[in-house]
Amino acid sequence: MLLIDCPFCGKRNESEFVYGGPAMPARPADPSALDDAHWVDHLTVPPNPMGPVEERWWHLRGCGSWLTIRRDTVTHAIAEVRHGG
Amino acid sequence: MVNIIIVMQRYSILSLARNALSGHRGWAEAWRSPPLKDRYDAIIVGAGGHGLAAAYYLAKEHGITDVAVLEAGWLGGGNVARNTVTIRSNYMRDESIPFYVKSVAMFEGLTRELNFNMMHSKRTMIDVLQTWGMVRDRRRRRLIMDIYGATYEDISVDELRRRVPALTGGRPDSRLPILGAAVHTDAAVNRHDAVAWGYARAADAMGVEMHQKTPATKLLRGADGAIAGVETPRGTVRAKTVALAVSGHTTTLTETAGLRLPLRTINLTAFVSEPVKPVVDVIVNCPDLGVYLSQSDKGELVIGGATDLGQSFRRDIKQSVFEDTVAAMLDLFPRFRRLKLMRQWGGHLDMAHDATPIVSATDIPGLIVSAGWWGGYKAIPAGGAGLAHLIATGRPDPLTAPFGLNRFRTLDYVVETGTTTAR
Repeated sequence: MLLIDCPFCGKRNESEFVYGGPAMPARPADPSALDDAHWVDHLTVPPNPMGPVEERWWHLRGCGSWLTIRRDTVTHAIAEVRHGG
Repeated sequence: MVNIIIVMQRYSILSLARNALSGHRGWAEAWRSPPLKDRYDAIIVGAGGHGLAAAYYLAKEHGITDVAVLEAGWLGGGNVARNTVTIRSNYMRDESIPFYVKSVAMFEGLTRELNFNMMHSKRTMIDVLQTWGMVRDRRRRRLIMDIYGATYEDISVDELRRRVPALTGGRPDSRLPILGAAVHTDAAVNRHDAVAWGYARAADAMGVEMHQKTPATKLLRGADGAIAGVETPRGTVRAKTVALAVSGHTTTLTETAGLRLPLRTINLTAFVSEPVKPVVDVIVNCPDLGVYLSQSDKGELVIGGATDLGQSFRRDIKQSVFEDTVAAMLDLFPRFRRLKLMRQWGGHLDMAHDATPIVSATDIPGLIVSAGWWGGYKAIPAGGAGLAHLIATGRPDPLTAPFGLNRFRTLDYVVETGTTTAR
């Protein structure tokens, strides 16, 4: 069970949250300037390191905020929780 | 071209009797441990089910035997040991079902083909349906599976309780009463060690080399950008073709050569109970609750649950997922509440963006990946044969052709769903 330190509610169990998927890299400023391969990579390829990833969690059974957390995929230690993207 | 160079010791009732009389000191080693060369025709990274099967079919079907299978751990470790040995073909998509039908059929002949007892036990899978949405999903699957010769049959709740007497939960007054069930008679279980060892022994007999404790740490590219080989702690090994069959660590390796793939590594829950007397003779799958189980020949209940939601490279399971899975199981099988649970393990899944496997050439010439196998155990024979075909000919075979990486570029996704939890 992850203990997620919601900026509004304090430390809460993972079971209060809904996983919202990996935080994808920032949207390219001008998608029309990209070729298809790079655009599809942007849409489909998430970072998958053995180490820190950023992911979205929705505090559905709490304050309802969307949070972004930075979590290690090996230790599961959470380094940062912030509101929004 | 090197043909069969080693005479494989055949296993039979006679060889068993002969070796029993001589105190079992006369058995030959099942495979060699040759020195690692610095060059091969092809390298397969990962001696799991898919890597070993690919090595075997590469030698048998394509006559390519100058092959090294590099394994970070030991033969029979890895994900081939971290699954629930469920073999089935109840999938959803036209691209998937024929592939899994073929794989299930290949598994059925494997004991004879490899001269290794797979302890194959064809025992039927029964999906316990507790929501109308799931009833409709299974009916849809049944209609598609009918086209491809996979079996799915609806049965009543009474018939379900007759076939699985231990299933006493899900009564009309419960939160999720059982509405019906779907029976997949093709489903089977077998012995995972035997699959790894059987393929390894047969591939070795045709000249393929297996190198344990030899992790590939880095992919090497030549001046022309093509794959040139791999780095290992035992030295550089060169080959013009390198195939990766390393499940959750696919991106870890491809990124050493600058290749990013649409994969996320996640962790899937499984655990076993203490051995008990025979109580369930089918594979029971409860998709609405997210738990499935079968009983092994030793009597242990082998129980599978949901994935841990975020990305994870752990090999243990998360307590909360474990508790949810146990609670779900006790909902339907209240009599299991006093079972002691013995071992737990998490299998790595590298889930592709559209949840369908990838057997494909890549943007790096000579580099081939077999990845994205959630529930890849059932796919070992056909997936291995497809990977071998791709290594040998440079082209996919018809069954794995829909699993190419190009589908992401052309937005031609094969959106597959699990039967239990992986969605």
